[in-house]
Formats: sequence, C-alpha cells, structure tokens
Amino acid sequence: MTELTSKTIAELRDGFRSGEFSAREIAEAYNDAVDAARLLNAYTVTTPHDALAAAEVADKARGSSDLLSLAGIPLGIKDLFATEGVDTTAGSRILKGFKPPYESTVSANLRKAGAGMLGKLNMDEFAMGSSNETSAYGPVISPWRRKGSNVGLTPGGSSGGSAAAVAAGIAPGATGTDTGGSIRQPAAFAGICGIKPTYGRCSRWGIVAFASSLDQAGPMAKSVRDCAILLEAMAGFDPKDSTSLDLPVPQWEAGLSGDLKGKRVGIPKEYRIDGVPAEINALWDQGIEWLKDAGATPVEIGLPHTKYALPTYYIIAPAEASSNLARYDGVRYGLREEGVKTLDDMYAATRAAGFGAEVKRRIMIGTYVLSAGFYDAYFTKAQKVRALIKHDFRKAFEKCDVILTPTAPSAAFGIGETTDPLAMYLNDVFAVPASLAGLPAMSVPGGLDGQGLPLGLHLIGNELDEQTVLNAGLAIEERAGFTARPERWW
Amino acid sequence: MSVSPEQVRHIAKLARIAMSDEELERLVPELNNILGWVEQLGEVDTDGVEPLATVIDQKLRLRDDVVIEGDIRDEVLANAPEAQHGFFAVPKVIE
Repeated sequence: MTELTSKTIAELRDGFRSGEFSAREIAEAYNDAVDAARLLNAYTVTTPHDALAAAEVADKARGSSDLLSLAGIPLGIKDLFATEGVDTTAGSRILKGFKPPYESTVSANLRKAGAGMLGKLNMDEFAMGSSNETSAYGPVISPWRRKGSNVGLTPGGSSGGSAAAVAAGIAPGATGTDTGGSIRQPAAFAGICGIKPTYGRCSRWGIVAFASSLDQAGPMAKSVRDCAILLEAMAGFDPKDSTSLDLPVPQWEAGLSGDLKGKRVGIPKEYRIDGVPAEINALWDQGIEWLKDAGATPVEIGLPHTKYALPTYYIIAPAEASSNLARYDGVRYGLREEGVKTLDDMYAATRAAGFGAEVKRRIMIGTYVLSAGFYDAYFTKAQKVRALIKHDFRKAFEKCDVILTPTAPSAAFGIGETTDPLAMYLNDVFAVPASLAGLPAMSVPGGLDGQGLPLGLHLIGNELDEQTVLNAGLAIEERAGFTARPERWW
Repeated sequence: MSVSPEQVRHIAKLARIAMSDEELERLVPELNNILGWVEQLGEVDTDGVEPLATVIDQKLRLRDDVVIEGDIRDEVLANAPEAQHGFFAVPKVIE
C-alpha cells in the first residue's frame, strides 16, 4: 500500500468516502511506513493502536451523512502538544516520561474531527532551534539528500520531525508550531506546505509554552488544500487561552481559489539581503511571475524595520522563555536530580541536567534582559521596535493584499554544519517579522535548487486573512508543479 | 554593554541553573556575541513609541468565578518525581 502513503489528505479523504479503500488500510499503510522509517528519527513515540482505533470508528461511520471532516485520516503530532496519557517531552530531557493527564485543545480538536494519531514528532528542544539538532532525542534526519551525496541533512526546525514525516510519507499531515519560523522554515527545507495562522486562531492551551506572545500552532502537509483542511479543524475559540480569538473559523477549503485577479502582491525591497544564493532570489522572481500569471499585480513595498526583526526576536523570545521555563523545577513533573541537599540546589541541579545547551543559552539571555537595571534597555526597547515592525506591516497592507518573499535564506544544510548560534538564528531572517506582527504566513514549495534540494516561497497576509495567503499559495502550487519527493534510502 | 564572568554567574543563579566554572567561561563570549548583536536596536529611534503590548488587538475576557474542572489530584501527582500523602514532596527546607 505504498501508494496510500503518497496521497494527499484530500485524496485519502475522498478515496475513503467513495469506498476505494478503508480507513483501516490507510492507518495500516502509515503505521507500516512509520515502522520502516526509524532511521529518520522523526517520531519520539509511535501510537499505532491510536491510529487504528480512530480508523475503526471511521470505517463504522462511513456512509453516514454526518461523517467527520478528518474521519479516516491519521496524523503526526509535534511533541510540543500535550497528549493525554502519551509521553510529551518537547524534545527535552527535563520532561522525559511526562504523561499529561489532559489533551491540548488543538490535538483534541483534531480528534473531535475524527483524526487518529500515528505518534509524537521529534523537534528542537522546547522548539528552540532551526535544525532539530537541539532535540534531546537526537536530530531528525531529512529524507532529502543532495544529488550524489549521502551526507545527512537537517529537516529544519523546530518542527523538523513534522516536516520530515510529511516529506517521507510517514504522516499525511502533521501539527507544527511556529514561534519565529518553526513551521515555515522546515516546510521549505522538506518541500512541503505549512501555514502559521494569525496569532490567536489556534488555542495555545496544552502546547508546551516557549514564547507566549509568539507561539502559534499550524498544519504541515503536502498541499495547500491539505493545510486548509487541517487548519479548519485545528483553529477555533478556546476560553482556556486568554489570547484565543473569539471569532468563527472561516471555511478556508471551500474558499480556495487560485484566481488572484484584483489582488496586489507586495514585494518588500528590504528582503533582498546580502549572502542569499542567487537561486533563491531567482525563485522569488519566478514566484512574482507566477502570481502575475494568476492575475495579481506586484507592488513594491517598504518594511523599513525588517533588519531589526531578528535582534528584537532574540530579546523577546528568550525573555518569555526564561519566564515560561521557570516551571521546570523538578517538583511537579519530569526530571529531578537527586543527591543534593537543599531545595535550591535541587532546582539548579535539575535544570542543569535537564536542559540542553541552546535552551540554557536562551534562558540566560532572557534572564539577563529581564533583570533589574537592564529591563528597559533591552526588553522595553525590543517591544518598542516590535511596535514599529507591526506598524510597517500595517502601512504595507494599505498598498497590498499579500506579501511574497523567500521562506529561508538557504536550502537544507548538513547536520553539524552550522555551529555558531548567531549563524543558526539567521535562518529565520525572513520568517521572524511576520511572527513579531502576529500575521498569518505560509511556505509553499517553489522548486529544487542545483543540488536537488527544495526551496520555499513565503506568503504573508494581513491579520485574519489566511484565505488570501492560502489562495496565493494555491496559485503558486498550481504553477510550480512541484511533485518532487525524496528518493527512498531509509 | 558586555557581561563579565561574575555577571554570568549571577544570571545563572537567578535562572537556577548550576554551572561549572568551565561552562561559565564558555558562556561569557557566547552571551556577549549575542548581546553585542542585539544592541543594534540602539540605532532605532523609538522616542514616543509605545511598547507593543498585544500583537492582535483584543480585550482580555473575564470568566465567571466558578470551578469548571478539577478533583484530579492523583492524576496530577502521577507525574511528580516524588509524591507523599497527596502532596508534592521536596527536599527538606526547614532545619
């Protein structure tokens, strides 16, 4: 049943409904594929019984008039989402063995829509990383390889397990989370689609917190339509998240249209930065042509504070993280270091043993920028620059309906190739501004580079306008004809 | 601004992360690199700019002050490294 694992969610849904195959066949095909792909290290936990149980329910319900939207669809869940009774580690040693007594709202919504779970997907520790190398459970290996090479590449991060799983056909779709590009950059690296909706569309309840003013969940899947289908199921008002938007969920799938007549596509000149490979800029130009072909008009826009987005992010995100991660104290869950006498020493020893180097670095930065005497110089300053970045976008959206940029400044790189933290942070140079402004943004595959690796195009929409982002994504997808899949070596 | 080894030691204490002298030594240049880089924000004129408080405008809601769930003490304690008599247990804090 390898062909089932190359289908989109829409194709699986339609084939299941028409009786071409059963939900059980889908679940079994994916469970087998997951088992056969251990080398990718994409899953931290597998839950084949869960996928089969949901399939059984779906098969019994087939033919009934009110079949659930995701009946018969098994999904991978990023390990940042609390899943009741199933290990939830956020890629960290400090949460080893943690079994939440509750289910995150987003994964519960997917379950309510009929989806089963294939397992939990590996990720950078606490979503802090752009390569999956910070996971305490070892890095995910991308299913993609450079032409003629067997060097292990990163799938990007932090939702690297999700991206690798979808690209390798060991999940038809997956949840991701995006704080500063963690859905979009791995989607680009893996040649798949991923959308981060407007901040507040998806409930953060039950998602292990990294930087609460930035964290947003979103889907990762093979196609734009699949992303629309999944996002509809994931999104929605949740009284348990104080920043959840109390708005109806639009019917994004029904609203899909690749016709962009009358739409203006903003091209920000500040995103032409030094050091980006010519192939990426060439794909960007090609993307502009594709959107013109779909009826849109390109307009040049200015986002003057773009260059300050990354440094702003690297004050705000670590500050929020240092506060959020204070809860890992060895008392209520997860790891506890024994052999120390006082409570204070137990905290410090537990956190020293439980957190990896990147997480410690960010907690240290965050603690420093929030500490007495430095708060205004760093944190308040960053929140002011963030207001200016938000204002830049507000002005830009007076002139355009959607913004097109590259997703990442490079294709996937090799595991161990980027060791300097600052160089790693630069991966998210194009992704972070939309995060700081809370805007919906999506990566869609545009083509392969000279080494045979996927490159993504990035669409940023106005607040609450996921539909235009999805539609522009569809217009690109229809024209890019991206059908490349990694050749199986695992 | 740059941080000294003593400051890094102080930050580690505030963050409750035990660190060896070697680790502290290694972190000093790493943190200074990152802090030196974020200091470019000093170039931005932010006079009269209100710091951003919420990224998408919305009012904070109040809910009725009623118990909606709970009574799951044992489930919550099940994840504790050490639980005794229905409580989280920690090393002795009072001599």
